[in-house]
Amino acid sequence: MSLFHRRSRVGWLTAGAVALGLLVSACGGAKQPQTPPAQQGGQQAAQQEQAKPAGPKTLVWGRGGDTVSLDPIQPTDGESFKVINQIYDTLVRYKAGKTEVEPALATDWQASPDAKEWTFSLRQGVKFHDGTEFDAEAVKFNFDRWRDTKNPYHKGGEFAYYSYMFGGFDDKSVIQDVQVVDKYKVKFTLKRPLAYFLQNLAMPMFSIASPTAIKADPEALGQKPVGTGAYKFVDWKKGESITLEANPDYWGGKPKIDRIIYRSIPDNNARLLALQSGDIDVMDGVEPNQLQVIQSDDRFQVALRPAMNVGYLAFNMDKKPFDNPLVRKAINHAIDKKAIVETLYAGLGQVAVTPLPPSMWGWTDDVTQYPYDPQKAKQLLAQAGFPNGFKTQLWAMPVPRPYMPQPEKIAQAIQGYLKEVGIEAEIVTYEWATYLEKTGMGEHTMALLGWVGDNGDPDNFLYVLLDKDNAKGPDAGNIAFYRNDQLHELLVQAQEIPDQSRRAELYVRAQKIIAEDAPWVVLAHAQEPIVMKKGIQGYVPNPTGSEPLYQITLP
Amino acid sequence: MWRYVARRVGLVIPTALGILVAVFFLIRLIPGDPARVIAGERATTEQVEAIRHELGLDQPLPVQFWRFLGGVLQGDLGKSIQSKVPVVEELLDRYPATIELTLAAMLLATVVGVLVGIISAVYRNTLLDWGSMTLALLGVSMPVFWLGLVLLMVFAVDLRWLPAAGRVDPRLGWRGATDFVFFEMLLRGQWTVFVDAFRHLVLPAVALASIPLSIIARMTRSTILEVLGLDYVRTARAKGLSERVVIFKHVLRNALLPVVTITGLEVGLLLGGAVLTETVFSWPGIGRYIVLAIYARDYPVVQGGILLIALAFVVVNLVVDLLYAVIDPRIRYA
Repeated sequence: MSLFHRRSRVGWLTAGAVALGLLVSACGGAKQPQTPPAQQGGQQAAQQEQAKPAGPKTLVWGRGGDTVSLDPIQPTDGESFKVINQIYDTLVRYKAGKTEVEPALATDWQASPDAKEWTFSLRQGVKFHDGTEFDAEAVKFNFDRWRDTKNPYHKGGEFAYYSYMFGGFDDKSVIQDVQVVDKYKVKFTLKRPLAYFLQNLAMPMFSIASPTAIKADPEALGQKPVGTGAYKFVDWKKGESITLEANPDYWGGKPKIDRIIYRSIPDNNARLLALQSGDIDVMDGVEPNQLQVIQSDDRFQVALRPAMNVGYLAFNMDKKPFDNPLVRKAINHAIDKKAIVETLYAGLGQVAVTPLPPSMWGWTDDVTQYPYDPQKAKQLLAQAGFPNGFKTQLWAMPVPRPYMPQPEKIAQAIQGYLKEVGIEAEIVTYEWATYLEKTGMGEHTMALLGWVGDNGDPDNFLYVLLDKDNAKGPDAGNIAFYRNDQLHELLVQAQEIPDQSRRAELYVRAQKIIAEDAPWVVLAHAQEPIVMKKGIQGYVPNPTGSEPLYQITLP
Repeated sequence: MWRYVARRVGLVIPTALGILVAVFFLIRLIPGDPARVIAGERATTEQVEAIRHELGLDQPLPVQFWRFLGGVLQGDLGKSIQSKVPVVEELLDRYPATIELTLAAMLLATVVGVLVGIISAVYRNTLLDWGSMTLALLGVSMPVFWLGLVLLMVFAVDLRWLPAAGRVDPRLGWRGATDFVFFEMLLRGQWTVFVDAFRHLVLPAVALASIPLSIIARMTRSTILEVLGLDYVRTARAKGLSERVVIFKHVLRNALLPVVTITGLEVGLLLGGAVLTETVFSWPGIGRYIVLAIYARDYPVVQGGILLIALAFVVVNLVVDLLYAVIDPRIRYA
């Protein structure tokens, strides 16, 4: 049956034109620059003013995803740690905006000269949100639960980060034993020296949870968290929001904001709209093109998270011709990193000279550098026996990551630079999980990837990403499959010295070796923008990716 | 009649079984390993293997399938790989949002769609008819997410009439016994929250309703026009009945049969469209949740979620078929 029979064409056209006109004007209206907001920020805000006369001071944080779990040791995603950071404390924590540590639940500590024994004095008079007292027993209880797979409370997940940062469980764990010395003193005994032990303890995964809550149900902690932190858990509406309220007895002082609400708004455009319409006060996960919109809007301010990451192009040195250092150096000269960072990192990138981000101790730029020089690149290629270049593949990540905001565009740029020196690179990409798997197995020739640091220690970059220990499939951290014994010795030595300045010297030497061998093209370090309403003060983003918010004030 | 009903209900079981098999194996065809996703970008083979064992993913597929089937028969869909919460709980937490949105969209699509269809048919070939049919054509062809974003920009950002995201402003601090915030607040008479929930519901419901509304409007118009040409209508008019009585008493019942079918099918499609709408409007429903679970290779969640949606689809279709039999006696006895 025809839906439109007996219809005059003229009528159709007229009606169509009318409808189109309406649509176009609607879109046009949407594209006009922001009209300055009314004093009250629109009707909605006004309504809320009425809804809560001098009600609790609330901060609404808009983000791209929901939390997975609030049991600190279980999740592996940043969205979980953002919230965990507010509810719990760690023994030591990162200084505001830095990766060095300062006291938190522990007020003071000593390491034995061989870095195998660490004794912590604990803060007294601290209580968990359920009223349980915080003491040495509570610290031991948490660490035993994580380490010992036969512990009755070793439930609720895979404890991935414990095994990742401390080498495994049971007999594999670097932490051999945790002893209660007295009520407020606890002693850790390590199997081998671990110079970055303190750095690890500051990570949010090793937050101390209430033993009472864990004993009641170790699997429920992820949904009903109980810590000692500045904020107490109130309510979690899955996929929507998590509400926290201030803990008035917090040892660091009563928080200045009464409630923090984390809202998940997955679509980046929708999240920006929610910020513009006043539904949220803070937005993270900002896209470069959105940043320009925001910066031209005087209602908002931008905070930059210092980089603790690196984006790189790794050569698979197990595959020809990338086993040849001349080829690797040639490609390093062929790519204009500065141009890539300027055009594709939205002003948030820093050109990288070594794998370490500049904000980290031990960083140096006194290494072999590869300025953009296509002529030199061609010369090196000819020397290597490829006067006419060669054909290869360039693997590109399918998703933007903090260290690489626009991977497909970066890949296209690199492809263009390579073409100029005669190298034909076909861009290959896979869905993210698959991409990680295949690069971990070494199926690639050249691949873009990056790394977000964990504990703020150079070891966590150099050893994890470039030591020969990690150049093994099926899940190599070192996807350049770069194996240098001299480097390995330096890195292992640096793992065992508790003295930071002596370690820093070793890492400077390590960076020189890496730069000379050129297993990567180190591209960039990226800062992360966090956008918030003007008037919010006291927010200091930490390079490690999340920070406590109890010192923030609202206008 | 009852034989027909029995036969129709009997078909549900093999259908459901087919869905189970398809879902189970399809999700596993996607490359990528949930254990690796959980372990993060930085785990050793050993850790990944341990996690795989923990999750029972190192078992042969048939074994995994039997376990899954056994669980389903006991109403146990397993635990979410990511959050360790039973999948049933996770889905129940999010289903209400999807149900409220789907119902609102369906109501909007049916009522407005049928009305527009009637008006178009009665005033056929006038500007009114052309205008509404053009809008219907646009409604069918416009991608839901694009329409959603336009609605957002106009009504949430520029005009600031409506909120941009979510189901209810979390600043109101509402607590409910259920997750049906809209219905529950209505029944409890908590007007502040209810009004806020209503304002949140408007844009996603309009976006989600756009396609079925247009289809129903076009369908209604054409079937009414068809019925209007039948002899019995001429007889009714000849008897001197007013046009209103003719349309509403005599024409509609016959004309609405196909519309009921379409409406039934649309409910299923709505559940699909909900994925896009939920993403654009940050609606914390089941569609968005399943998409995220697919990315994370959270097998139990994907299996359970799709199973639930598919069952809803099957049940809706069953209801439609039965309604059909009620409306049209000829079907019962066929």
